[in-house]
Amino acid sequence: MSALASSFRPMASRFLAQKLPLSAVRRATPVSFPRGSVRSFSQSPFWQLKKYTESHEWIELADNGKTAKIGITTYAAHSLGDVVYVELPAEGLEVAAHEPVGAVESVKSASDVLSPVSGTVVRGNSVLDDQAKFINQSPEDEAWIAEIEVNDPAELDALFDEAAYKKHIEAEDH
Amino acid sequence: MSSLRPASRGFRLLASKPVSRSSTLLSQPLIASPRVLRSAHTATTRPRLAIAPLSANGGLRYASSMSPAGSLKQTQLHDVHVARGAKMVPFAGFSMPLQYSDLSHVESHHWTREKASLFDVSHMVQHHLSGPGALDLLMKITPSSLDKLNPNQSTLSCLLEDGTGGILDDTVITRLSSDTFYFVTNAGRRAEDLAFLQAEIDIYRSTHGPESITWDVLDDRALVALQGPLAAAVLQPLVKDSDLSTLYFGNCRSLTLTFPDGTTSAEPLLVSRTGYTGEDGFEISIPTAKDSSLPRRVTELLLSNPEQVRLAGLAARDSLRLEAGMCLYGSDISTSQTPSAASLSWLVGKDRRDPATANFNGAATILPQVASPAKTLSQRRVGFTIEKGSPAREGAVIVDMNDESRAQIGVITSGLPSPSLGGVNIAMGYIKNGLHKKGTEVGVIVRNKVRKATVTGMPWVESKFYRPKA
Repeated sequence: MSALASSFRPMASRFLAQKLPLSAVRRATPVSFPRGSVRSFSQSPFWQLKKYTESHEWIELADNGKTAKIGITTYAAHSLGDVVYVELPAEGLEVAAHEPVGAVESVKSASDVLSPVSGTVVRGNSVLDDQAKFINQSPEDEAWIAEIEVNDPAELDALFDEAAYKKHIEAEDH
Repeated sequence: MSSLRPASRGFRLLASKPVSRSSTLLSQPLIASPRVLRSAHTATTRPRLAIAPLSANGGLRYASSMSPAGSLKQTQLHDVHVARGAKMVPFAGFSMPLQYSDLSHVESHHWTREKASLFDVSHMVQHHLSGPGALDLLMKITPSSLDKLNPNQSTLSCLLEDGTGGILDDTVITRLSSDTFYFVTNAGRRAEDLAFLQAEIDIYRSTHGPESITWDVLDDRALVALQGPLAAAVLQPLVKDSDLSTLYFGNCRSLTLTFPDGTTSAEPLLVSRTGYTGEDGFEISIPTAKDSSLPRRVTELLLSNPEQVRLAGLAARDSLRLEAGMCLYGSDISTSQTPSAASLSWLVGKDRRDPATANFNGAATILPQVASPAKTLSQRRVGFTIEKGSPAREGAVIVDMNDESRAQIGVITSGLPSPSLGGVNIAMGYIKNGLHKKGTEVGVIVRNKVRKATVTGMPWVESKFYRPKA
């Protein structure tokens, strides 16, 4: 993956080296994570529509096969802690894969949200303008960050599916 | 400025950033002409971070993160942290708690402002210095009027480099008796401070004899900070023989703790009314010579009512100290600054400003700066409030809004959305002399966008130190 992603790994593993007790996990466990992908799967037998990146973004292709929503994973939202500001992309912004399509700020850190694939921004999720905290409540569902028109849906093929992503974060956890 | 005074030892908590220092400060020296600053402009563009920074360190960078994890030291309270769900991170060579599972960073921040939080700061370096030469030595290496301190009184000070007058570290020095001192320095500056102190002591001893000074680094002691409006109410029942209502900010007492079973601490604890959050509170130095479990037992005793006291980590400590306008060594101040260059002229004792008699390190450089800052200083350390949007953090470049070339006129050294102010972006940084007046509007570049910032007086959250009523 990109240099960015690889630079992330050591940081992440350091972060994740700490096992948090369940009480901490509770805060950031919206039910949407598994459910969302299962639904997409069943509706579209040809593609697995929700994919994940090494740098903890998710992308879900709409049924039209052209547009997709992008957000950060539950795991990432939990790692971030209290999100206080989300920078949304401007409409019409053209992004290449691994380029920032937004940013998420907690009190203690700033993180770029990297677009998993190339495309053009249709809109940012304006709900997050006033309610950045929403990211912590529904990161993989209603608190998506950007909607883009993807250049080539086939770019999604290279990304993690749910099982691979799970493995990825488990590996980082250990 | 007086509000800054308590900036007490806390600095050191988060102070271990020689690494970031060298890449930030050295590449864009704060004491530099605007031209030099401009050339460094590109060094501080957007942080190229994936979700990464969420990681442990959060906006903080730890020098120790460069060293292998296996070599990290643990404080005496390590097991307590782990048992209570701490997220441990490398910091200044130690494995330290960033936050705990019961409260998020923001919740822990508010908890400290509303109730009381307990911070483990045992990684900081505690010193004991005594002997007939102790006062003389300390008055050479600091600009403080330590000779005016009463017994059990302390002051924020700084260690000064000979010649340059650069700040080697900040420290809180307590005078225990006429020739006995206790002081605390930053963990992140341990190697530099110890080498500096050893060299200065050697010089002093070479002319005054080996017995003139006795210096001990109190590595066997733990140090915890109990901070928040409920701090005194929490501590008072445990020190029945002492009336804390007469222990004021900047003073300390040696106190014996009583445990619920009626037993007392094997040795007295040094309890100082001070802190690094802007709240009332205490820093408690805990000896272990007679009872190695004392730090753990004291901590658990202080935490016995979870409705009042919770553990808090480095994350809350950083946001609390910034709101209180307190400097973090390694971010906001470094060896590149003299006290005046860091807007800390008040650290120079009033009666130590006469060039004819001043004998502290760097006095020849520092005293003209104290006397006429406008003529001698190129930059000032000030606070900024930045418009809504992405927070301006360490390294963000400050520009003149009216200058289309966007020449750099300063740099942010600490910044975050203030939890106590509902997320308003606050920051501390250096700006060109002349543009440092309150209300001056400037631009700060965050993520390639210029954000409007206003020079603001510090602190953002008024300090609530416990002082005698006037």
